Amino acid sequence: MPSTYTNPDYPYRRSPDQDATEPTHHRVIIVGGGPAGLAAAMDLALHGIDSVVLDDNNTVSVGSRAICIAKRTLEICDRYGCARPMIDKGVIWKHGRVYFGEEQIYEFDLLPEQHHKIPAFINLQQYYFEEYMVDRCLEMPQIDLRWLHKVAEVDSSADRTDIVVDTQDGPYRLSCDYLLVADGANSPIRDSLGLESKGQIFEDRFLIADIVMQADFPAERRFWFDAPFHPNQSTLLHKQADNVWRIDFQLGWDADPEEEKKIENIRPRVEAMLGVEQQWELEWASVYTFRCRKMDSYIHQRVIFMGDAAHQVSPFGARGANGALQGVENLCWKLAAILQGRAPASLLSTYDSERQHGARENILHSTRATDFMTPKNAVTRLFRDTVLDLARDYPFARSLVNSGRLSTPCTYDDTPLSTADQADFSERMRPGSSCLDAPIAGPGGQPEWLLERLGNRFTLLLYGESTANAQEQLNNALVGLAREGHNTDVLTVLPQGQQAENDNEVIDREGVLAQRYDLQQGSAYLIRPDQHVCARWRTLDPDAVVQAVHRALGHKMAEEQAA
Amino acid sequence: MSTLITDNNFSDADAFYAALADVHRDRSDTESAAINARLILLLANQVGDQQILEQALAIAGQVHIEE
Repeated sequence: MPSTYTNPDYPYRRSPDQDATEPTHHRVIIVGGGPAGLAAAMDLALHGIDSVVLDDNNTVSVGSRAICIAKRTLEICDRYGCARPMIDKGVIWKHGRVYFGEEQIYEFDLLPEQHHKIPAFINLQQYYFEEYMVDRCLEMPQIDLRWLHKVAEVDSSADRTDIVVDTQDGPYRLSCDYLLVADGANSPIRDSLGLESKGQIFEDRFLIADIVMQADFPAERRFWFDAPFHPNQSTLLHKQADNVWRIDFQLGWDADPEEEKKIENIRPRVEAMLGVEQQWELEWASVYTFRCRKMDSYIHQRVIFMGDAAHQVSPFGARGANGALQGVENLCWKLAAILQGRAPASLLSTYDSERQHGARENILHSTRATDFMTPKNAVTRLFRDTVLDLARDYPFARSLVNSGRLSTPCTYDDTPLSTADQADFSERMRPGSSCLDAPIAGPGGQPEWLLERLGNRFTLLLYGESTANAQEQLNNALVGLAREGHNTDVLTVLPQGQQAENDNEVIDREGVLAQRYDLQQGSAYLIRPDQHVCARWRTLDPDAVVQAVHRALGHKMAEEQAA
Repeated sequence: MSTLITDNNFSDADAFYAALADVHRDRSDTESAAINARLILLLANQVGDQQILEQALAIAGQVHIEE
């Protein structure tokens, strides 16, 4: 049992739904109180959608499990209002070192770019990550979190889902418009509906040893190919909060998981690595194998799969929980728009298409990292070792070294929700991209960050002052949109040296925003509620903005399908 | 004089490496050796420049393997 952390004990509470004579109907029920389920509840709450979260357990993750939290995940959590305690508790890192045998072959910096609110990565045990999410959920009146309520049966039909929930007080029934399922990689609900997650199992085993020690190693990711203390296999060392260190030893397929988990077998491996003088205590150990797989479709009637239940990847690259949150932010604004009658139900299909793209990308990177780390035959081992050997002296070879390509948000190229560029812009923030942060200043000169101003609704970002006439035309267009229920904020960005006059004007205080977004006087970006770009123009045409908002909500898609 | 590029010049290094592993998948050692020879010749022709090829050959030749 961990010595540095005590799992909270969330109480079972009886719900009034259990005393109702007829099954209570909710718009959204979420199954699973892990990262994906909790994130979905918070995201929906920010859109004004109530949800019930059902979890079969009464606590957060037992054991540290996922530890690398990527920048994009923290940006999403910042929008939910729970990133601060994560960053304060977590170990911020951005530096990595790669070793081959005895020698360091190179080092890297994940985020050499300045001017971001959120660090490139933090390491934080999954139980803290979940605990801070639960804390935030409890502050949100839209969320009804029910511990020790286990979904026993799911009856899915075309326009609703009925479920049976088991509790210590006996079973009760509920129904909902949408059932969001985040019940983990082995998803019992997925199985019970006869659905499958398909993919590849990797024939390899890894030992995770989380140890507590006082050590003055810096907070870096250190990765060894063929370490002298663990020959022919890889080793990874990461620092977590509370002086807990994650050591991940590759063991090979023939290792016996039960034997390897025993302290008497872990001790010599750790001592070989750290030396016998180093004092440490074992916090948590686990032997895992992994697979890369996904469902062909995440949507089954009104049942929507999220997180590991929908798609699963190897841990290299930290794309599991991080990918899950990117999926959740993609889903929730769409679901809210549908439930509030602002978007056609078919908008939901783009959660599937955009996140199938995301999962394919995550699986691809994760599979390539695995193949590099564990060569399958003599010739790929020769290439692997040659790459590592050349990487010491020749930078080109470093680009081939793959110890995990760390999670970055995927760009939704080719999504039907984006309006294609008509003007010449740099590639970087093309439609489908997740917005990069930049330092800004509000009307009083107080420092703020761009991402704090985006999200939860459509935002039109304008660069430079526009004429009174242009403003009036735009206002008319936005009033029209608002009348249809599509509230669109305008955020005017002014170059350094100008003065922000009101709360919808900000200054590009370092000139970085204009650079990152390739802005010129008059440029405009339309940004989705999930902080992804969906259209951009060099000169603003209010009609084009209206069209682009309609497109991003799936109205064009629905019209084209109808035609 | 032309200089061999030793900084990263791949448009997609990971995709190249995966394709390289794929071309060798389920091949015998003899087949793999032949594939490598063919690949070197094709790429050498693409490079063309003798000065660059000689610089690459010089680096490639610096192997020390204990038999």
